[in-house]
Amino acid sequence: MSALVDYDDAVRRYDPVLGIEVHVELGTRTKMFDGAEQSFGAEPNTQVTPVSLGLPGALPAVNGTAVEYAVRIGLAMNCQIATSCRFARKNYFYPDVPKNFQTSQYDEPIASGGWVDVELEDGTVFRVLIERAHMEEDAGKNTHVGGEGGRIHGADYSLVDYNRAGVPLVEIVTKPIEGAGDRAPEVARAYVQTLRDMFRALGVSEARMERGNVRADVNVSLRPSPDAPLGTRTETKNVNSFRAVERAVRHEISRQAAVLDAGEVVVQETRHWHEDRAVTSPGRIKSDAEDYRYFPEPDLVPIVPDPAWVEQIRASLPELPAARRRRLATEWGYADAEMRDVVNAGAVELIEATVAAGVTPAAARKWWMGELARTAKDRDTELDALPITPAQIGQLQHLVDDGTLTDKLARQVLEGVLSGEGDPEQVVAARGLAVVSDDGPLLEAIDAALAAQPDIAAKIRSGNLGPVGAIIGAVMKATRGQADAARVRELVVERVTNT
Amino acid sequence: MSTPWRDEVARVAALARIDLVPDELDRLAGELEVIVEAVAKVSQVATPDVPATSHPVPLSNVFREDVPVAPLDRDEVLAAAPEAAEGKFVVPQILGEDA
Repeated sequence: MSALVDYDDAVRRYDPVLGIEVHVELGTRTKMFDGAEQSFGAEPNTQVTPVSLGLPGALPAVNGTAVEYAVRIGLAMNCQIATSCRFARKNYFYPDVPKNFQTSQYDEPIASGGWVDVELEDGTVFRVLIERAHMEEDAGKNTHVGGEGGRIHGADYSLVDYNRAGVPLVEIVTKPIEGAGDRAPEVARAYVQTLRDMFRALGVSEARMERGNVRADVNVSLRPSPDAPLGTRTETKNVNSFRAVERAVRHEISRQAAVLDAGEVVVQETRHWHEDRAVTSPGRIKSDAEDYRYFPEPDLVPIVPDPAWVEQIRASLPELPAARRRRLATEWGYADAEMRDVVNAGAVELIEATVAAGVTPAAARKWWMGELARTAKDRDTELDALPITPAQIGQLQHLVDDGTLTDKLARQVLEGVLSGEGDPEQVVAARGLAVVSDDGPLLEAIDAALAAQPDIAAKIRSGNLGPVGAIIGAVMKATRGQADAARVRELVVERVTNT
Repeated sequence: MSTPWRDEVARVAALARIDLVPDELDRLAGELEVIVEAVAKVSQVATPDVPATSHPVPLSNVFREDVPVAPLDRDEVLAAAPEAAEGKFVVPQILGEDA
């Protein structure tokens, strides 16, 4: 079953359809149904209460802030907010769900219908339709011990930490994503990225992928043509980085195409993504084990959002990332392609802060997309991980603007800041890098250069300014680049005409 | 003897990881049938002018402030576990599932 069809060939002959479920952990202080604090990285089982542990007689109580966050997410995705909704019990047995059911929403989600516009790297906008968004709680965390490479099969036992049990989640389910064609993997990635940016802008979650704040389950199916009925889908669970989302979709398309080419049928199943080998493998086959026997949660009363409250939340929604990017591009005078590069480089916030530090938008872009982008690439890291702040760029640019530094010197100072030598002013002082603005030392260097190259000096004296560059070069060398070349040129001309 | 009710009880018992012996299946199948029939009588009196009840208590929007409470003491919590290690609950190996 390792056969794969070449991706380009697969999408020429099959039409992929996606369905994506995104879970986001809400950044409330406490859990969904009780006051246990939730914070990342706490010692295991130190953030548990009777409700988190499902102890007998423990009663849940809904976190009002979590409901507000869910409404915010729903509104930001252009959804209808339910006039009334309720929680349900999803029954299943697994050690990370100590109550033996997950409290979720089933037939009455808080938000339904809606859309998210996703901008692809080349600027194309793809609209993803939203089926629903519902509230639920996260499960505890299992650590599988023993067995082969810590994988579950063959594990000797598992360890469970219930700190995460009961953390508020919102699950967002798309309608079938059709019409993406060969760009399906890119659409999937951009969709998850757009949601991540949206969660951050809304202030409902830190939305850190590497901490599992945002997790995606990706459904993929193929059909011979867009007119054909939907094919059988597989669901690849817990794909937890943007890159993995794109690669998992791509892999499933190639794999399913091979299954269909062989005249076999795609098995409806849950699959697991293996980042190391960039493949999916089958998990459990959907069966009786997934009979969740949902029923309304008797311990919680319905939620009936007051329309006035919903409108108040709608009015308070912050500007969403796409609108903000359009506004900033206009304010900064960036062309579409320039702005796209800035967005793709993750430099929007950095440039915004740099502009706030008094740098012109053009200069800010030059720094972040030029020298710093190159440094980030060399160091194989992201721009925002470089050890330099927008305020330091502001200071550096100020030193250029007031003539303390030339562009060339500024680059040396930048290098100093990036090497941890302190703020730009400290680097200038420590390395002695300021422009030599006093004419005295410059004239000395000019005289020395003229004396050292008498034939060139003669030519210049005779009015031929062609070789003046050689003198300027010698002066720059003598001053270790700390002279302003234009001033040196003026002084050379003055010198030869006056002697 | 296999009857629809007996099969249903066996299925739900399997989902709930409860091992029932044949005598128990027979008894519970009979009891469940009586209960379901009794509940079904409600639908005979329910007319379209009676709205569906989703909750017996006429309340809605009961919310808690997002304010932390003191957690349980971990040693106490783990003392209730059959086995604990590294501050976590030890559970039997899990087959055919993933985290």
